[in-house]
Amino acid sequence: MTYRGKARRLAVNDNLNTDYVISGRYKFKIQDPKELAKHIFEDICPDFPSRLKKGDFIVAGENFGCGSSREQAPQSIKAAGISAVIAKSYARIFYRNAFNIGLALIECNTDTIEEGDSIEVDLTKGKLVNKTKKDTLRIKPIPSVMMTLLKDGGVIEHFRKNGGFRFAT
Amino acid sequence: MGKPKTIAEKILSNHAGRDVYAGDIAICDVDFCFGQDGTSSIIIDSFKKLGVKKPFDRTRFAMVIDHSAPSPNLGVSAIHQKMRAFAKETGVGLYDIGEGVCHQLIPEEGHVVCGDLILGADSHTCTYGAINALSTGVGSTDLAITLASGKNWFLVPETLKIVVNGKIPKGVYSKDIILCIIKVFGANGGTYKSVEFYGEAIESMSVDARLTISNMAVEMGAKCGIMEADQKALAWVSAHSTRNTSPVKADSGARYISVKEIDISKLAPQVAKPHTVDNVEDAKSLEDTKIDQAFIGTCTNGRLEDLRIAASVIGNRKVHKNIRFIIGPASKNIYLQAIKEGLIQRFIECGAAVISPGCGPCVGTHCGVPADGETVISTANRNFKGRMGNPNSFIYLASPATVAASAIEGRITDPRKYL
Repeated sequence: MTYRGKARRLAVNDNLNTDYVISGRYKFKIQDPKELAKHIFEDICPDFPSRLKKGDFIVAGENFGCGSSREQAPQSIKAAGISAVIAKSYARIFYRNAFNIGLALIECNTDTIEEGDSIEVDLTKGKLVNKTKKDTLRIKPIPSVMMTLLKDGGVIEHFRKNGGFRFAT
Repeated sequence: MGKPKTIAEKILSNHAGRDVYAGDIAICDVDFCFGQDGTSSIIIDSFKKLGVKKPFDRTRFAMVIDHSAPSPNLGVSAIHQKMRAFAKETGVGLYDIGEGVCHQLIPEEGHVVCGDLILGADSHTCTYGAINALSTGVGSTDLAITLASGKNWFLVPETLKIVVNGKIPKGVYSKDIILCIIKVFGANGGTYKSVEFYGEAIESMSVDARLTISNMAVEMGAKCGIMEADQKALAWVSAHSTRNTSPVKADSGARYISVKEIDISKLAPQVAKPHTVDNVEDAKSLEDTKIDQAFIGTCTNGRLEDLRIAASVIGNRKVHKNIRFIIGPASKNIYLQAIKEGLIQRFIECGAAVISPGCGPCVGTHCGVPADGETVISTANRNFKGRMGNPNSFIYLASPATVAASAIEGRITDPRKYL
């Protein structure tokens, strides 16, 4: 599984919460993820939705996606055409929610990645290539449960295909 | 029997039908699950996509309309309508507007007993750790899986033990203690972990006060914040539920990733400053901060004890002329009891606007969205930028006593002089 795109950095690096991904102002009244996607990161980077290109990566620090359990957060990131999030670590509810809907979360040291860097992620080989910096970063292996969900296209598809959970416990 | 277990390992083992330990993946039976009006729309959509005919057990799932209740706009009205139709179609429980905030209502209605495994499509589901349940927040699709199958998968968490020592000083409450703990550990300090709370300070608290502590465990990233069940917790549970309760204690020799002792005997009233919950200082050092709005309510601090404390601070005073003071009891039962005790009359006479039970102001949906440049002091659990509906406002978090004292003075105020 390979993803290619440009890195997008945000005004908040660590502990970027799901209220900042998509504000309660929108998520409580808009049900269409494509409509929600027009407002992502608006409260911390008002111009973010307009500078985003399909295939871009969101790049952040520790504990990405903390706070509210809102699934609209990964949903609107995915609907905005973002390939994957790259961060040092993730909050647990966001982590489950993202893989449940088939959005890949990459864990690695993001300190050297800058806005606009050209990134290529190969999940099978477990590496991230920063083409702009001519740098290769090792990514933390994705746990097998999450990899199963990702390969199946999300937990709904996994559940339908197997009539329940089917992974090694 | 296996090796000694933490509370989380024990509850997850009991629900997996085998011994599981930190780091294991377990598929567990869930005792009860629920969603609210910010998350139920996707629960319903995901449930329908799963292709099952009906919920695994219609009595073990409920939806609560609390986040925008009553509906402030057409978009929300459509979501509420969808929830009501789903409840009618499947026979699952629905708590409609005015019933209460989910984290008060779900335990108050007897859906949680000691030793339970509970999932809620709301991050503050960790609240019921105070009554010895492993309860945790998940997203809507995860919840739909449980609604369809009665199960979900769990990564068995490592456990962090926090012992809160010392006699709680006058004017200091469980909110001050949990803000202090979050300051020490940081917003990321408990990520994916189960936290077990012990100590003299916890033992001395009422269940209402303990619920505030467990409620905010997620603000340090924790999966759950659990306490052992003592006589107070058991009495609370039996007063609310007819289900059999199975209290769970940690085994001696259970493995903790770390044990931290905190002494709160000299703690002063605490305030979390904008825009993160771990940005905590003594209320006293912020007394030159003028405020425009004060709010007492939410799943953190909208319980009866909180309203009693606020009313005692206010006494017969009026709130400051420049302040909007908003009170939201956490449930209909609390609201009715507060009326009986004369608290609501006192709030209204002091200048407060009492709103129907719900989450509105805390989540920025309605009932008190601040204007540009305004400052709010609130008993809620989050002060993220924009949380109350306006990214150009500033939110401070504190105990009901500190919020009430601040409402009187029009600026952040250490409440001890009013006690």
